[in-house]
Amino acid sequence: MNALPETGIGAPVRRREDFRFLTGRGNYTDDINRHGQLHAWIVRSPHAHAVIEAIDKTPALAVPGVVAVFTGADMVKAGVGSLPCGWLINSRDGTPMIEPPHIPLSPERVRHVGDQVAVVIAETRQQARDGAERLGVTYSELPAVVSMPDAIKPGAPQVWDQAPLNSCYDWEFGDRAGVEAAFKGAHHIARLELVNNRLVPNAMEPRSAIGDFDRGTGEYTLYTTSQNPHVIRLLMGAYVLNIPESKLRVVAPDVGGGFGSKIFHYAEEAIVTWAAGKLARPIKWTADRSESFMSDAHGRDHVTTVELALDKDGKFLALHEKTLANMGAYLSTFSTCIPTILHSTLLAGVYTTPVIYAEVRAVFTNTVPVDAYRGAGRPETTFLLERIVDVAADEMGIDPVELRRRNFIPTDAFPYQTPVALQYDSGDYFTTLEMATKEIDYAGFEARRAEAARRGKYRGIGVSSYIEACGIAPSQVVGALGGRAGLYESAEVRVHPTGSVTVFTGTHSHGQGHETTFAQLVSDLLQVPMASIEIVHGDTNKVAFGMGTYGSRSLAVGGMAIMKAVEKVVNKGKKIAAHLLEASEADIEYKDGKFQVAGTDKSKAFGEIALTAYVPHNYPMETLEPGLDESAFYDPKNFTFPSGTHICEVEIDPDTGVTEIVNFVAADDFGRIINPMIVDGQVHGGIAQGIGQALLEGCIYDQAGQILTGSYMDYCMPRADDLLNFKVSTHNVPAVDNALGVKGCGEAGAIGSPPAVINAIVDALSQLGVRHVEMPATPQRVWQIIHDKRAAKAA
Amino acid sequence: MASTVTMTVNGKSVTGAVEARTLLVHFLRETLGLTGTHVGCDTSQCGACVVHVDGRSIKSCTILAVQCAETEVTTIEGLATEDTLHPMQEAFRENHGLQCGFCTPGMVMSAVDLAKNNPDPTEHEVREWLEGNLCRCTGYHNIVKSVIAGAKSMRG
Repeated sequence: MNALPETGIGAPVRRREDFRFLTGRGNYTDDINRHGQLHAWIVRSPHAHAVIEAIDKTPALAVPGVVAVFTGADMVKAGVGSLPCGWLINSRDGTPMIEPPHIPLSPERVRHVGDQVAVVIAETRQQARDGAERLGVTYSELPAVVSMPDAIKPGAPQVWDQAPLNSCYDWEFGDRAGVEAAFKGAHHIARLELVNNRLVPNAMEPRSAIGDFDRGTGEYTLYTTSQNPHVIRLLMGAYVLNIPESKLRVVAPDVGGGFGSKIFHYAEEAIVTWAAGKLARPIKWTADRSESFMSDAHGRDHVTTVELALDKDGKFLALHEKTLANMGAYLSTFSTCIPTILHSTLLAGVYTTPVIYAEVRAVFTNTVPVDAYRGAGRPETTFLLERIVDVAADEMGIDPVELRRRNFIPTDAFPYQTPVALQYDSGDYFTTLEMATKEIDYAGFEARRAEAARRGKYRGIGVSSYIEACGIAPSQVVGALGGRAGLYESAEVRVHPTGSVTVFTGTHSHGQGHETTFAQLVSDLLQVPMASIEIVHGDTNKVAFGMGTYGSRSLAVGGMAIMKAVEKVVNKGKKIAAHLLEASEADIEYKDGKFQVAGTDKSKAFGEIALTAYVPHNYPMETLEPGLDESAFYDPKNFTFPSGTHICEVEIDPDTGVTEIVNFVAADDFGRIINPMIVDGQVHGGIAQGIGQALLEGCIYDQAGQILTGSYMDYCMPRADDLLNFKVSTHNVPAVDNALGVKGCGEAGAIGSPPAVINAIVDALSQLGVRHVEMPATPQRVWQIIHDKRAAKAA
Repeated sequence: MASTVTMTVNGKSVTGAVEARTLLVHFLRETLGLTGTHVGCDTSQCGACVVHVDGRSIKSCTILAVQCAETEVTTIEGLATEDTLHPMQEAFRENHGLQCGFCTPGMVMSAVDLAKNNPDPTEHEVREWLEGNLCRCTGYHNIVKSVIAGAKSMRG
């Protein structure tokens, strides 16, 4: 490989998608308009919990331009099904989780602010909105419950009658007896209660969907802001609207960021597709940002107690985690696997902790459904682990870096079987730790702290060593863990007669630059210039099948499917070349873009073979079909395991409580890198979202279930002047369990950074006796802590 | 009530019917089909809709179309000539200053206005200027690099 160094694997190739994005030629869902299109406005509940007593459509229908109004009752009458949850989790007693129905328009009761009640369809968006304002909905309010500790108390309002104490499931995992025994013999037990704050993913492009129906052919089309169009087709077709895949096309064109929030099948997609069928006209819906705050699935929202047992040398003996995980009012597509399968299986982290036990209770509340958001379960794991390691280090008087080093899985111990199901294939946690400590000058920190103290500032440093599981996953494992789908990926490599290539991938790009990275990969594998390679994704009519992009699976799973298809192309090419060159197939090797008889100068160029395949005048017709178009499905045998260390240095102004991040370094292991420029960009973005979680972001509800942070006026998104230039580097140990050696980088920043930031803040304030600070560590929260601690000391 | 508005957009005179409540961004996107200008929020916080009106960057969701009668409007579609990128666009491409591309048109239009008024901005000045433009993908790291590089190219 690497005969094309300027564009091949490892080169920082500039992105081919940028020209259209930079010149306004991107084609996002809201940019699409269909002839004869109507507009939908969704009527949403203003109450967190209420019975829908009556809906009077008449005043809405009287508004000029309004064409139709549909309600949940209309959907039930038409036999519309429920939005399905993709993962079945069983409680510890073996009973299946409670899976309440989720009709796209709520037929009887609303369960969170923003719950869908009706859709008003009109000639223009403003007319639909005017109609929605006139719709007469009579509610009878019910008491609501928002906080999880409240929701599990006897007598709490019931979100679902069939879920006593609002429990969706009560799950356990790991070795309870082993952990209890280890705790009894421990030298020290560190214990901490912490909250992983609820976040709103906030991709910059609001969700949008256009449903279309062709009465002539009976075919439906849905254009939607989705990370996985085939899965939307499968779920909406099979479970909700009863449309066969062959009659349903789902297109996810340019998508303006996802971060997990566009994985799921949403009500609005089903509503516009169903209504398009009813009216036989295209129907478009685009969310307002404020609507996104109450209709996009939220992220995180855990309340956890964590305990770590250590021996006298600081070796970890056992870990116990007990978590309440908020599901919101309904089960979103991936919701139930986030706090369980994707969370607890990583509780070993990068450490040799021999026994682990997790208890997770999923709770319904009158809030927006919670689901995957950048990292999905792994940031929550890393936060509780890296916080408790720091608490233990502080209590035992061991330097936090030294304590981590003492417990790291040794570099020669791979493959390493953890006590919580996963087998890590490769890694080197020591080197990334050393790189990060060196880059930030960890050794020189105390001098900087003293200097800051002279200026009246508290300075702190925080370390976080993380691991994550990417490239989800072997289908057999997924199935055994309750997943209701296979998780492989598909690819088709179509070589055209003149030697140009179109690659069809079942993954989806929404900012990750697949059109560049995948073209680089194929260019390197096939030794064909990038300019003659096109990457196609995001359209179920073009791509045979796919499972989409999330959990950093595109390269490790999707890239491998492409590689397999390329191998088939090369193998078929060898057969054609053997015929043309009158040589044995076994003697043909493919090198530098040529099929060559080994050890001779006899060869045929790639383009000649392509042309021969399509113009088979001299061709082994009895043994080989014409054409050069191969497809592959790839089901990985394992996850991949990126890891690394992030270190943050902060300075806190005690007068204002403002935390300034003065330095941030990340040293990561992503396995083999295709495009280092794109990888750095992914890390930057992830760190920004992680710092956002640590310092600024938090979705706040009041007791009645109203979202107080319901727009960008109140929800604090990181802006350019909240952040700094990050120092990122990698030390890449190739993955073992996939032939490309790739691991994945999309979530690392969001996983590694929050504990680094909070550890730094706690370190800065430790002289006041502070041992934990909840996220987001806003100036108000930090100032209050400083003020209270100083007052207590003075008293 | 519909009324007619005339303005110059990307060098061409355009006339269209608008409601009194129609915002400039909706006139550009829906009446003129210039979909490069994006709507990312409803509270004028995100900056995805920044265009130039009479040479100044403005959030096109904060102004009514009728207020822009007889003005010169430049959108992202009017920044480059033919297939040659504007130096600021080129700087974003070269420095990987974009990922999903949704905030990018507004970001570039803001950056061009900054560079016109402050041809040699410091990193701090760039970060402060971009206060009104949200990006969720890049962590701003490469956007800041892009703007500084783009301003340098614009200085020539």
